This record gives sequence, structure tokens and C-alpha cells, in this order.
Amino acid sequence: MESCNCIEPQWPADELLMKYQYISDFFIALAYFSIPLELIYFVKKSAVFPYRWVLVQFGAFIVLCGATHLINLWTFSMHSRTVAVVMTTAKVLTAVVSCATALMLVHIIPDLLSVKTRELFLKNKAAELDREMGLIRTQEETGRHVRMLTHEIRSTLDRHTILKTTLIELGRTLALEECALWMPTRTGLELQLSYTLRQQNPVGYTVPIQLPVINQVFSSNRALKISPNCPVARLRPLQGKYMAGEVVAVRVPLLHLSNFQINDWPELSTKRYALMVLMLPSDSARQWHVHQLELVEVVADQVAVALSHAAILEESMRARDLLMEQNIALDLARREAETAIRARNDFLAVMNHEMRTPMHAIIALSSLLQETELTPEQRLMVETILKSSNLLATLINDVLDLSRLEDGSLQLELVTFNLHAVFSEVLNLIKPIASVKKLMITLNLAPDLPEYAVGDEKRLMQTLLNVVGNAVKFSKEGCVSITAFVAKSESLRDSRAPDFFPVPSENHFYLRVQVKDSGIGINSQDIPKLFTKFAQNQALSTRNSGSGLGLAICKRFVNLMEGHIWIESEGLGKGCTATFIVKLGIPEQSNESKLSFGPKMSGHGPTNFPGLKVLVMDDNGISRSVTKGLLVHLGCDVMTVSSSEECLRVVSQEHKVVFMDVCMPGIDGFDVAVHIHEKFTRRHERPLIVALTGNGDKVNKENCMRVGMDGVILKPVSLEKMRSVLLDLLEHRVLFEAM
Amino acid sequence: MDAVTQLQRQLVDYTNSLFLEGFLDDQFNQLQQLQDESNPDFVVEVVSLFFQDSERLLNELAKVLEQQNIDFKKVDAHVHQLKGSSSSIGAQRVQRVCITFRNCCEEKNIEGCLKYLQQLRHEYSLVKNKLETLFKLEQQLLAAGGTIPLY
Repeated sequence: MESCNCIEPQWPADELLMKYQYISDFFIALAYFSIPLELIYFVKKSAVFPYRWVLVQFGAFIVLCGATHLINLWTFSMHSRTVAVVMTTAKVLTAVVSCATALMLVHIIPDLLSVKTRELFLKNKAAELDREMGLIRTQEETGRHVRMLTHEIRSTLDRHTILKTTLIELGRTLALEECALWMPTRTGLELQLSYTLRQQNPVGYTVPIQLPVINQVFSSNRALKISPNCPVARLRPLQGKYMAGEVVAVRVPLLHLSNFQINDWPELSTKRYALMVLMLPSDSARQWHVHQLELVEVVADQVAVALSHAAILEESMRARDLLMEQNIALDLARREAETAIRARNDFLAVMNHEMRTPMHAIIALSSLLQETELTPEQRLMVETILKSSNLLATLINDVLDLSRLEDGSLQLELVTFNLHAVFSEVLNLIKPIASVKKLMITLNLAPDLPEYAVGDEKRLMQTLLNVVGNAVKFSKEGCVSITAFVAKSESLRDSRAPDFFPVPSENHFYLRVQVKDSGIGINSQDIPKLFTKFAQNQALSTRNSGSGLGLAICKRFVNLMEGHIWIESEGLGKGCTATFIVKLGIPEQSNESKLSFGPKMSGHGPTNFPGLKVLVMDDNGISRSVTKGLLVHLGCDVMTVSSSEECLRVVSQEHKVVFMDVCMPGIDGFDVAVHIHEKFTRRHERPLIVALTGNGDKVNKENCMRVGMDGVILKPVSLEKMRSVLLDLLEHRVLFEAM
Repeated sequence: MDAVTQLQRQLVDYTNSLFLEGFLDDQFNQLQQLQDESNPDFVVEVVSLFFQDSERLLNELAKVLEQQNIDFKKVDAHVHQLKGSSSSIGAQRVQRVCITFRNCCEEKNIEGCLKYLQQLRHEYSLVKNKLETLFKLEQQLLAAGGTIPLY
């Protein structure tokens, strides 16, 4: 026993040690058995544990370990072989399971560890999301603030309210100490303090606009931090003890109306800006956050828009007020003008009547006076009176006509008339003067000139008479030639009349009349003055009477007839040519028969009696021819007879007038008249009877009247006389005097 | 001056002289007025008629006055006719002679009548020549392409 060195001597089992081992093994077994139970319990509780079978494995391992330790309890004392076998089996099993578990854990633990990392990652992510949520919330709040601010700003169109509200709301939202708005002055060189938040009535501080800090702010559309010491920020004495709050300034563009174009939204190329300055409370150590700066920028833009709206509205209100004022003024002016025109027209109407009545009296009585017995001196005086009063009458007419022409109240009277007759009438009127002056007048009417035309006959004649009269007036000798033809379109356009655009049409033609004289001519520089009112050639105005209105009136008439009139002259002493073109209508064929004797009675111009059936009784062949010629010229349908028997045989209801020569010896015209009366008992069936006689004394006349003649004409009969006789006869059905 | 203007001038002067010398009066103008496109030869026709008629009347007058018993009523009638014709065309001088002739007729003054017949013939031939010359001038003017002036 003492000799064995390799192993310790077998010592008898110590009672104490054995006891402690026994107890520890027991507890270990207990623990080992309870751990799987706990695991199962908790795994059952949790739903997500992925590795169940690992748990089973682990459980098995622990149970077996526990079993091993439990079986160990029996190995402390003497034990049988069965226990040893069981113990060995348990140990073997435990070994297997534990090895398996160990191997398994090698795979599983990294997984479990990564779960942990994932968890950490998720936590970080959650934290990030939280942060972002916070940010979004702040932004949303900012947006809400802006919307509210905008709403406040845009709910009014009054500029002051807009600005005041902006400052108040900004002040409230951002908890500012002071907020101010600087507007550019009219000159644009300075910024003036216009609105502040805290101060009620800002005193008009101004700062020059060219400060570097201001330029800096104006050149950027962001809100920039500026120093609290710069002039725009030093609004009031420092409130806080230590440090002034941070100041931010932003530009507010003042958009001008013209910046708003429909298709282009304007770049901010406006020159004018206002400056908004915002100050955080001093001593607060607050900082401007980015989202607050963004809020300020947005607000500034909104303010700009609101201001422009307000400006536009102001502008349009102003424009509307201006327009209303102008409307009222215009209305007043128009009414005044109308009153003036009415007053003038009334005046003219009165003067027309008032002036003409005495003129009539003077002219009529002077004419009558002329017919009486007068000494040569008296005759001269009366003639002078007559001439002067005729002149005056013409003057009055001219002036009245011209004033009516000027205000456009003159309208052409369109009638169908005999164009050829107009020319011959004018000729008749001008012949006496021309023959006195020994001037030759030629009339050339083109063969294609229509005989009848539609237009204002009276005024055409007036124009023609004026032009021809001027030609005669200003010619001392030589000849005056009048040509009239239908103007073709090429000849209508004249370089001398650049704004005359004739438009030939179906129912109209252009009459071109040219009057050429060999008189004193006109200087080329005087030509433009010819048609102006009251302007007369100096050299002539003394010698010639007239108001200088004639050509002016002619021009107006010609213009009314859609034509043109002009005068050419090669110079003094070389005569001149007056030309006018007027537009006349072409009468329809059926209209020609409308030239009845009815409505034409009032006119005294070339009148005709187309188709008027008359009977001429005269035994003298020549007289008969001449009378027939006269009547045919007037358009009548003439039948001639040379004896009373023939007359009585032929006369019928169709004949409207019977002209009979009562100086026929042997054949009594008076008898014929009596017979005619007997033949036609009813008045309207009977033709009118007119006596032609060379004997003008009263007895003869009375005899004619006694036998029931309707009129007496003294031979020789002129065309005019015949015409007026027929006119009178047919109008009045009786003619007392035609001598 | 071109030919047309010259002819016109000639015509005008001649016509003026006729009026001035009393051969024609305003009635002739009236006749001229009655001449137009529809009646281009009116004057010539009437004047020709006058010539024919006057010659006939003058011959008749001569015949009647050669009679032994002069029928003054007839003479008066003829002279009346001639007066009417001449006044119709404006042969002023003829007409005047007719008027005085008629007075003689009323007085039944044979010598006076004869004298006036003589005068009448004279005046008639004068006016006939003048008128024929006038017409010739007008023809010349028209042939030369001018127009007859109206004045």
C-alpha cells in the first residue's frame, strides 16, 4: 500500500464530500429537468421561434444530461450491474446528443446572432422614420401656416390690409420680435419704411437703395440672413441685454401690370422690389430654421402676387372712374353740340325765311318798277337796285346752301330728268351775257350720252351754270366750249384726283363735262385755292362780283354726286379748262313714261310733255310748221289742220289741247271754239282751247274769253313761253295771261 | 386759228350782223333752238317753206294789184299771211313792211300798196339772199367737221 506511487491510494468515501456531491447532482438533475420544461413553456408561449426541432434536440440533450446526473446518484454507493448499464447507456446517449447539439449550434448561433443585428437595424430604421415623420409634420405645419397666411392675405384686395396682415401673421407664426416692410420710393433711389409690426405709425425712415446688403438680398430670391446692425434692421433701440436676435431679409417683387403676358409667365425681371425684414426675439438664442426660411420665401411670393392683384384692381377701378368721367364729359359735349346745331339750324331756318322775304319783295317790286314809265336816270337806278338785290339774293342762297352742305344735311333729290335739256337750258341762260361779250359758245354732246338720267337735276344745273358762268365771266373774248360725254373707266381714274375711285356699275354712268375757255387763265399756285370758301383771286375780286363761294359749293355738290371736279390752266392769259365728273343713274325704260305732267309741275327747268296729244289749227303754213316744231320739241304728239272744218272733223277726246290761230281771215276761230264746246259737253272730255293771235289788245282777249277759250297766247311764241303755257294750262286748266 | 374755228368765227360774225341789221330777230333764235337730233334740218325746212310761200304770195299780190278793181280784202289777206309767215321765222324787216302795207290796204291807198309791194319784194330778196348765204356757211362749217355754235 505504501509502495504504489502512480495513483492515489484508494481512500474510503468521505461522508461529507459524498453528501455534497449527492446534493449537487440532485440539484443539477433538477435543474436539467426543469430547463427543458421552461423552454417548452416559453416556446409554446411565443409563436415565432423558428428552430423547434433544435429545441427538441436541446431538450433531449438536457434531459439526458439530467438523467445521467440522476443516475449518478446511484453510483455513489455500491451498485449493481444494471445500474451501471443504464448509466452507460445514458451517458452514451447523452454523448451522442450533445455532440449532435454542439454540431448543430455551430450552424445556429450565427443565425441567432444575425437576428440580433437585424433587430438593431430595424431599430435604427424606426428611429430614422421617426425623424422623418417629425420633419414631414413640421413641413406640413409650415404649409398650413403658409396657407393660412395666404388665405389671410388674399382675402382682401386692399393693399394696406394685405401688408399689415402679412406682418401680423408672420409675426405670430414665427414668433418674431419685429417685422418690417421697406418699399421703394417714387424715385426708386431709396427704400422707405412703410409698415412695421410692433410700431403703430412708422416714421418715414429711408435708406438708400444701393447698399451692398440690400443689393445682395435683391439679387437672390432666397431669404438671406443679414446682420442685425445693418440700417434696415436697426429699427428700434436694442431691447435685449445681450444679443440681438437673428435677422432675415427677403425681397418682395413688385410686379407691374405689364409683366403679365398671357403666354409667358414673367421671369422675375422686374426692377422694383420691396424688402421684408424679420427679426427673431433678442436674447432667445433661437436660430432660423430652413423650413422657416422657406416659409418666409413663399410668403414673400404670395405677397407679391396679392399686391399685384390689388394694384390691378386699383388700376382698373381708376380706369373705370376715369372712363365714367370721360363719358359724362363726352355726353355733355355731345348734348351741347347738338344744342348748338339745333340752335344754328333754327337760326338758319329763321334767317332763311326772314332774309328771303324782304329780298323777294325788293326784287319783285324792282322788276315791276322796271316795267313802268321811268326816266333814263330812274331806269338806271332801278336796274342797279335790281342787280344788287339779285346779287344779294344769290349770296344769301349760296351761304345758306353752303352751311347746309357743310353739316351734311343736304341731300340730293334724285329724279329722272332730261340731260340734254339741262345743257340747253344752261346755254339759254348764258347766251345773253355771252353775246354781249361777243363770246362764242359751242356745245358738244357725245352721241352716246343718254337723253335721260337719274340725279339731282337742279344741282347739276347749278354746278354747270356756275362753271360755264365762270368761264364766261373770266373771258373777255374768244370762245367757250362745253363738251359732255360718258366717261369710260380708263379715263375715270385721273392722276389729278388720286383719291377718286369711280366704281362703274350696271345702273350708273359717269358724266364727264369739260368747259374750256380762252380767258385770263389762272396761276398754277392759285389753283388749289379755287375751291376753298371765300378765297378769290386778288386781281379779279375787285372787278367781279360774287362771294367766292360758287366753286366751293360746286365742289360739294360734285362730291355729293360721287364725282370730282378740277381746274387746269396753263398759266395767266392762256385760258383754263374746268372738268367735272359726276355719277348719274340710268333710268329704267319704264321710268321714261313716268315723266308725266303731274308731279313735274313744280319744277321750273327743262320739262317735257311726252305724248301729249295736241291739235294745231293754222292756215299759214309757216306758222303751222313753227308751232308744230315748238310743240314737237316739247315732246308733244302734234296733229295739224289748216281749216276749221278739218279741225272740227278731227278733234276728239284724245286731244288735250287745241291751239288755234284766231287771226285767220274768213275762218272764224271763235266759231270753232263754240263748236268744240258744243261737241264736248263734259268738261273733262273737252280739250283745252288756246288762241294764238298776233293781236294783243284787250278786246281780242275778251272775245276769246267769251267764246270759252281757256287761254290766249300772243304770237310769236318762244319755246319758253310755250312751255310755261302748257305747264300752267295743264296744272290749272286755265290760262289767263300769256303775253 | 384752224379752219374750223375760222369758219365758226365767220358764221358767228355773219349771224351777228344779220341780227344787228335787223334782218332777223329773236324768233329766228327760237327756230334754231327747235333744231335738235330728232329734227336736224328744221330751220332749213321752215325757211324753205317760207321762201316758197312768200314767192307765191308776192306773185298773187302782184296779180291782184294789177287788176282794175282791186280787191283790198284779198290784198289784206295775202299781206296778213305774209306778215304771219315772216314773223314766224323772224324776218323782221319783211314783217315791218307788211304791217305798214296793211295800213295802206285799210286806207285803200293804191299807190301806197304798190310802193310797199315793191319794198316788200326788195326786202324779201334781201333776206332770202342773206339766209341762203347763212345756210351755205353752215354747210361749209359742218363739212369741215365743226359744230354750229349756239350763242
